[in-house]
Amino acid sequence: MTTARVGESPPEVRGVKRALGSHSGRQLGTLAGLLTLCLVLWAATPHFLTVSNLLNVLEQTALNAVVAVGMTFVIISGGIDLSVGSVLALAGICLALALEAGVPAPAAIAISLVVGGACGLVNGLLITLGRLPPFIATLGMMSVARGLALMLAEGRPISGFGEGFRAIATERVLTIPAPVVITIVIYAVAHFVLTRTVFGRTTYAIGGNEEAARLSGVQVRFHKTAVYGVAGLTSAAAAVVLTARLNSAQPTAGTMYELDAIAATVIGGSSLLGGEGTVTGTLIGALIMGVLRNGLNLLNVSSFLQQVVIGVVIIGAVLVDMTLKRRR
Amino acid sequence: MTHTPEPVAPPVLQMRGISKRYPGARALTDASLEVRRAEVHIVVGENGAGKSTLMKILSGAVRADAGEIVLDGSKVELDSPLRARKLGISTIYQELSLVPHMSVAENIFLGKTPTRWPGIVDVRRMRQEARRILDSLGVSIDSDAPIHSLRLAQQQMVEVARALSDNARILVMDEPTSALSQREVEQLFATITRVTSNGVAVIYISHRMDEVFRIGHRVTVLRDGRHVATRDIEDVTAAELVRLMADREVADHYPRRRHALGDELLRVDRLNGGGLKEISFALHRGEILGIAGLVGAGRTRLARAMVGADPIAERRVVVHGSARSIETPADAVRAGIGFLPEDRKQQGLVLRLSVERNISMSHLSALARFGVLDGAKERGEADSAIRSLRIRTPGSDQLVLNLSGGNQQKVVLAKWLAAHADILIFDEPTRGIDVAARQDIYLLMNQLVENGAGLIMISSDLPEVLGMSDRILVMRGGRVTRELAAHEATDAAVLQAALGVPA
Repeated sequence: MTTARVGESPPEVRGVKRALGSHSGRQLGTLAGLLTLCLVLWAATPHFLTVSNLLNVLEQTALNAVVAVGMTFVIISGGIDLSVGSVLALAGICLALALEAGVPAPAAIAISLVVGGACGLVNGLLITLGRLPPFIATLGMMSVARGLALMLAEGRPISGFGEGFRAIATERVLTIPAPVVITIVIYAVAHFVLTRTVFGRTTYAIGGNEEAARLSGVQVRFHKTAVYGVAGLTSAAAAVVLTARLNSAQPTAGTMYELDAIAATVIGGSSLLGGEGTVTGTLIGALIMGVLRNGLNLLNVSSFLQQVVIGVVIIGAVLVDMTLKRRR
Repeated sequence: MTHTPEPVAPPVLQMRGISKRYPGARALTDASLEVRRAEVHIVVGENGAGKSTLMKILSGAVRADAGEIVLDGSKVELDSPLRARKLGISTIYQELSLVPHMSVAENIFLGKTPTRWPGIVDVRRMRQEARRILDSLGVSIDSDAPIHSLRLAQQQMVEVARALSDNARILVMDEPTSALSQREVEQLFATITRVTSNGVAVIYISHRMDEVFRIGHRVTVLRDGRHVATRDIEDVTAAELVRLMADREVADHYPRRRHALGDELLRVDRLNGGGLKEISFALHRGEILGIAGLVGAGRTRLARAMVGADPIAERRVVVHGSARSIETPADAVRAGIGFLPEDRKQQGLVLRLSVERNISMSHLSALARFGVLDGAKERGEADSAIRSLRIRTPGSDQLVLNLSGGNQQKVVLAKWLAAHADILIFDEPTRGIDVAARQDIYLLMNQLVENGAGLIMISSDLPEVLGMSDRILVMRGGRVTRELAAHEATDAAVLQAALGVPA
């Protein structure tokens, strides 16, 4: 009803709110969850709060975090992408084959990104021109990309690359591992794109109300296709980091990554209905999952029980979020 | 009035001292409502006056913070919609709640399907019962037809039938005629009369003065969450009601000031396809072109075809003297055509985005350099639109979701003005908007044409079309069947053309 009565906040408060973004309240909640988790682990085990362990957590989290960036774009636009894990594997295999064939590392990385982006664009075209539900289109791509990866690699891992390429994983910038730096850069760019560019704005508008966006002159098909392209690109970026770290590309890599990425995105406050979400939220979501896994390992919790705990956390986080939203 | 209920019918419902606070807003303060058996009790008030909240409390969807509800002399606790329904209070919402792919009979008996053996549907009994209820309403609807094949008015009848199958004592209708054509409204009124003759009380929320006086027995006015007055309909005038609602005199319902027309802005030449046949017309600067007709006559289809929203076979549109091909809404925006759809929430706005983001949506690239938005420019535009269109919002960062209907409509308008559209197509511009905000919309329309824009106004509200238009096109069966200048347009002339009745 009328909001004219809903107490006006003074301009300076509004300015702060604006700076934090409209989802700031929700994000502070997630951040508080992450910090609480860290405090509990700090109290529970002396091994948690050490520089080497924290860097380890960040490195472990980097992969899921990068894949989740693309997932966040897709989910904000009102879609879903189940193919990110398989696309990661295919992009990794293409990268490895190129390196093996003697292609210089930068060119091989470019090839990998093109393959990932192309897979995403195919998803997008199936959804926009083919009018398939995103769930179905990307479910198909999940199988196709995985199959192609296995075919190209003949079912075996491809290993052993040059020092120059492996530096992507081994190099450190001011003691911070390169994969973490890459992740931070990707997040900075993604945050800028979502909050400050036409592309980002359009992504929210399409996810919030596709028909209204279309009638306002937004090129919905073009943008939606591009959004899936972004998801393909971030999967390929993750493939580059993973391949360098393992010094090996495996056609079975990235299995179940789509679920981790969706979980990080949703814990981070994106709505599966579209129109809502931030990459900072997703980053916090990915960190929660990473810290949780690390902590459970340090506490010697069996891997079976770990799965149960992580499942409970995902459900719990979304349950709390939905309850709070309903209260509003 | 031709029918009045017995002089002192006992109250079937009394709501007393009802208060409800939402975080940061007081929706109802000590509000009351008393409804008698077999009466049509109209509830009027501006948007935000508390009508919807009061009805939500009555339907069990929302709980009151304070107050009591007495039904047929005994105090009741309405803690859930199911409880309210069991007590005989049925609500028919603006958005119908039927299952589109199920049959009429199945919908009527949703949640209480008659069974033979446990779990086995007694199809024959369900059909017979449905038939009986529909007959008692005097409507001819096939009880086996799937809901999605029915017209909106028929779907409403099914909702009414469903309420009656619950043995409703009180039927709440929230703006039931807002999407109906004139003839369908007549059907609905006939149905309401039948329902009340069986002793059921109807609580009827409306913004339309003519309806209030057509079917109401008594009327209650709410303002700012409080009960202002309850009157017998014979003892009150329209002007008085408006004054009670707004607490001010709204002098002129349709403040149209007509001027000489300017150059031709838009010409549509023999538009065909999608159910539209051979439609040609022109629109000039400074003109409001009204489009009247019954629901289903093709008015909205015409609007959507003009802005490229739907694919269509043949579309020749000349804008500003040059032929334009308009295949998509984006083409229409470039040609300076803005569309304000009837269903603002579904088609006009992204409700969970802020006012400024909704306004900028129509021209993002104009606000950006190399794809990066100029945030200050975007906010500046929004702030100046809020001032010039008098949009009531705490700020440009407020979610559109939280604005009232009239202010939402202004945001849609701001979106097009910011994109420099000078041809504006309004589809039902004041549907669901309260009286005072309507005035505001009309004044803005005046201002727009004075500044050289051309307006096309589709409306089912006949007084509105007659009051605001310079020229009126009447549509019927996908064709324009009549063109009337303002001075020759009368209720009768428009209705005759719309119905296809010879003069």
